Amino acid sequence: MRSYRLRRRMDIAASLLAVGCVLVALTPLVSILWEVIRNGAPMLSWEFLTNRTTSGIGNAILGSLQIVMYAAVIGLPVGMLTGIYISEFGNNKIGSTVRFFNDVMANFPSIVVGLLVYAMVVVYLDVNYSIIVASIALSIIMIPIVASTTEESLKMVPNSLREGALALGVPRWKTVLKVVLSNGRSGVITGALLAVARAAGETAPLILTTMFSYFWAASPTEPSAALPTLIYNYAMGYSSLAVDDAMSQAWGAALVLIMLVLSLNISVRLLSMRRFKKKHKEARKWRTRLSLKG
Amino acid sequence: MENKVITEGLSAYFGDVRAVKNVDVSIPENSITAIIGPSGCGKSTLIRCMNRMHEIVRGARVEGKVVVDGVDIYAPGSDAVEVRRKVGMVFQKPNPFPTMSIYDNVVAGLRLNGERDWKKLDQTVERSLKLAALWDEVKGQLDASGVSISGGQQQRLCIARALAVQPEILLLDEPCSALDPIATAKIEDLLFDLKDKYTIVIVTHNMQQAARISDHTAFMYMGELIEFGVTKELFENPRKELTEKYITGRFG
Repeated sequence: MRSYRLRRRMDIAASLLAVGCVLVALTPLVSILWEVIRNGAPMLSWEFLTNRTTSGIGNAILGSLQIVMYAAVIGLPVGMLTGIYISEFGNNKIGSTVRFFNDVMANFPSIVVGLLVYAMVVVYLDVNYSIIVASIALSIIMIPIVASTTEESLKMVPNSLREGALALGVPRWKTVLKVVLSNGRSGVITGALLAVARAAGETAPLILTTMFSYFWAASPTEPSAALPTLIYNYAMGYSSLAVDDAMSQAWGAALVLIMLVLSLNISVRLLSMRRFKKKHKEARKWRTRLSLKG
Repeated sequence: MENKVITEGLSAYFGDVRAVKNVDVSIPENSITAIIGPSGCGKSTLIRCMNRMHEIVRGARVEGKVVVDGVDIYAPGSDAVEVRRKVGMVFQKPNPFPTMSIYDNVVAGLRLNGERDWKKLDQTVERSLKLAALWDEVKGQLDASGVSISGGQQQRLCIARALAVQPEILLLDEPCSALDPIATAKIEDLLFDLKDKYTIVIVTHNMQQAARISDHTAFMYMGELIEFGVTKELFENPRKELTEKYITGRFG
């Protein structure tokens, strides 16, 4: 048997190794955040956020929000329903096929998705580069992420709850909708957020589907700037701005993009918490009614 | 006494494994029937065939007949959902819905099937919780989560939930195995009171419990029904050697 001292030394060495690995993993994260804040924060002003390019990034912010919103409207329902299907009804050949292709799709390079939408929608269907075309591309990126996180969080719901509801004579689809989904809700919401955040930062598909524009987009069928494409264009020097101005505006846009994703995260979390509280209030009303009857 | 549930040549499979073998049993109305036997003898599977819960497991299938009130529930055209409303079930581990309040748990079966009449729901909550002997303990906290009460209370909540859809038959799958003796005694008293109105089938691996509360007992071994009879006779004068060995504790 090993001596106490040797075991103690091994313990210290392993702990140090673990802490070291954490530090290595955190270094890029912290340095990115630090660089973005250091370079981006001085740029933030009302004019910068609301003016259109090139004196601000207002149209890129609006463009990004619109693209991501429409993409969520298309992608989240499809992804969630796919996830629900493979988790609750997918215990068969069709289910495993869908699961397989979903996994393949999740690992598609986003540029390929952009290229596909470009080829199918822009070239073949002859639709102009626009917000809506970009949304289609981003929704395709969202679907497999949402589907697999939905599936995983529904699989975590204990089977005893499904059986409990079925044994009450509740039809299968209602059991899924009202019992399984409400118990796996937080996981499903987290997955949806993850997908939206991932899509918000995508650049490659946007270059192929919405191009760039220095003007406000009047409708979703027009091309628009978006934060990732703006950062890309400015950083590569594809603008009429002086190189230094373009760089600092790109840093400002990067900070805004990070803050947008973060605030989206926080607001959805707050929203789901409030809904839970409201439900509790309703329940309290019933109690009063019951006690009134004696 | 009429027979409420009759199985004829009932076999249940999980894939190629035959868990219940050719069982013929008749469950008398308004009484308690206990099913005893060693672990894995198919007693849970047998009652899961009586409300068509067996078939929800992948690869599971049933052969033979289960006749409830003169109607074969496995006949083509028979609706599993309708069967389960008539034949309620309580499981081994209490499984109240954690995202629902106590109130919501009791009326889950009604609300999920579209009942919106508040008066009716309120009445059902009170009636079911009283039937399940839980009303006095939880009437002040109906808005609390269904999992915030003790295990024994949770199990009675599940019984209330099953009773709320007004079944005629109540199947209980080892309902006391996760409970302490006091909570067990409460549930036994409750079942005793319920048998005037309901036909109760209880699976138990506790022979004393079967002897205490049941009117009839079925002994199963390796998927087969070995002996069925009036509880007192089965325990005092078993007809089969296997039954005698089991109830005297020589195996199992």
